[in-house]
Amino acid sequence: MPKWGMAADLDKCTGCGACVTACHAENNISTVGADQAARGRAKHWIRVERYWEGEFPDVRLKFRPVMCQHCDNAPCEPVCPTYASHHTDDGLNAQVYNRCIGTRYCANACPYNVRFFDFFNPSWEKPLHLQLNPDVSLREVGVMEKCTFCVQRIKATTIAAKAEGRELKDGEVNTACAQACPARALVFGDLDDPESEVSRLSRSSRGSKLLEDVGTKPKVTYLSRGN
Amino acid sequence: MPHSRINNDLLRPLFQTSWRFYLLVGIFGSIVLAALIAWLSQAYFGFGVTGIAWPIYWGFYVTNFVFWIGISHAGTLISAILRLVDAGWRRPVTRCAEVITVFALMIGALFPIIHLGRPWLAFWLFPYPSERLIWPNFRSPLVWDFFAINTYLTGSVLFLVLPMIPDFAVVRDKATGLRKKIYGILALGWRGTPKQWHRLESAMSIMAVAIVPVAVSVHTIVSFDFSMAPVPMWQTTIFGPYFVAGAIFSGIAGLLIAMALLRRFLHLQEYLLPIHFQNLGKLLLVMALLWGYFVFNERLVTYYGNEPSEMAVFWRTQRESFAPLYWTMIIGNFVLPVVLMGIKYFRTITGCVIASIGVIVGMWLERFLIIVPSLGHKYLPYSFGTYRPQPVEIIIAIATFAAMTLLYVLFAKFVPIISIWELKTGPSERTGLPHHLGHVGPVVTDRPRP
Repeated sequence: MPKWGMAADLDKCTGCGACVTACHAENNISTVGADQAARGRAKHWIRVERYWEGEFPDVRLKFRPVMCQHCDNAPCEPVCPTYASHHTDDGLNAQVYNRCIGTRYCANACPYNVRFFDFFNPSWEKPLHLQLNPDVSLREVGVMEKCTFCVQRIKATTIAAKAEGRELKDGEVNTACAQACPARALVFGDLDDPESEVSRLSRSSRGSKLLEDVGTKPKVTYLSRGN
Repeated sequence: MPHSRINNDLLRPLFQTSWRFYLLVGIFGSIVLAALIAWLSQAYFGFGVTGIAWPIYWGFYVTNFVFWIGISHAGTLISAILRLVDAGWRRPVTRCAEVITVFALMIGALFPIIHLGRPWLAFWLFPYPSERLIWPNFRSPLVWDFFAINTYLTGSVLFLVLPMIPDFAVVRDKATGLRKKIYGILALGWRGTPKQWHRLESAMSIMAVAIVPVAVSVHTIVSFDFSMAPVPMWQTTIFGPYFVAGAIFSGIAGLLIAMALLRRFLHLQEYLLPIHFQNLGKLLLVMALLWGYFVFNERLVTYYGNEPSEMAVFWRTQRESFAPLYWTMIIGNFVLPVVLMGIKYFRTITGCVIASIGVIVGMWLERFLIIVPSLGHKYLPYSFGTYRPQPVEIIIAIATFAAMTLLYVLFAKFVPIISIWELKTGPSERTGLPHHLGHVGPVVTDRPRP
């Protein structure tokens, strides 16, 4: 059984935002318009956090792409009263939209604030409604949604490999964000395979986890050589 | 006081209806109706009509939930404790208190549904055998809430209704026509035989003992909604007792306000005496000190722990954007009640009401200040946020108070708000003597002689 994880190389990230756009396109994430976005209703399953370091004029700009960390010890899971937020066998932190009743407790418990609530029914300006991904379900008003590590791609590739009676190769499954990253800062793969690129990067001495001291055991490793 | 006079005074609101009653029902009924429309519009247009936004996903609704569940500790707990220690002065107070419990629980228990994204699926919280073999997640504090609140509601309804039976019988005997029939059914065939009195008293003794742990557990579990999540200033072991103390505190305040209003509008000056307000005022003082002690503990330990994410929230409430609300809370919850209730000169009915209003405002703010600043200041500075309540939430928050008043007015119309039989069996309240001077013997002997 694979264990899906990701590595994000902060030394490579340019903050271009291609991952955010790719994620929106792949996962049918509706945009909410400028007014609602200003009120905090924007839904970005992956976001590029921008931090300035140092005092002007000697400043450095740092980017950090943050998506669901698919924690092994996820605080969002035990608090959900309906099991909408639960752990799958391959280590994904799954969100069952149809089971969600919208208590929003999971989002409160999440230390990374990577869960997004649907405040209205989704809508797309024409002709964007024609570009929806048929493999991803739409979320109605009142449910919580978040990064799935592109579970539709994982499933499709796994099923195809099984039909051909072979093992998955490293790099065969890729998330939309990692695929779109021009700097190859994001790497997705199987953490159980010690030879995979993501495993290799996760063991790097440059690696660290986000908010490690909260004890969530995230499956995303951030690589940075520090200052 | 002669028994016929007690009957007359306490049954008057049931048999005489003035235009004031219809006016009150009209005013408070329309506020409740406005809130219903507000909520339906939220369900129709989408949850976005509220002020909730990333990352503050709980706001006014959960504040109201915790606040009203807190108020519900007025009644059953206080009246159960007073029954258990056999405080004679409790007699005119118990029913006013128990009614608050039932109505406050009914209002509070609405909020987990009001605040749902998809309220039409609220029944998924129920542990019913579904055809898909899916049960609720028993690890979730929200499911514990479901059980705790339902247990408490059932218990406190029983606790309220049991001692109403003899009074229903009194009304039945005085009434005519349809009213006689209805109260006859409610009186459950009460004839006042020694056997019936004995059963009633046994049942009340059992309920009084049983309801105390239930009441304590309810607000502890409500506090678990917060302390079980890794959120700065939420994950603390003090929340259980802190919430229970705060709940009883706000409950007493609610009871004092209700009693003062009843005394004035139902002309119960000879039943709800200054001594009742003074005694409950002393209880309010104790709870104010206890509340202050808990806040001091929580704040000082956080300050010395000096954990960065917690300190961010700490300073936000202590002296940054939430400071005006925080210090209003401290004044309302601590300074005002301690000064007014601590000095005998101010421990009058008016003093009690002023202190209680301070506590009600303060305790509502306390819950708000636990929820919102923490959620808006959670670890990653990039995702800090603010919350601005919208008209829907404000209308619904105001309407909870209107709903409480409305239910109370209606209740006082149909049920004697002071337990007639308990008053008749008790010591003379007119002397105003403390109960240990005015009352002898245990509860069991408190039986009207046939």
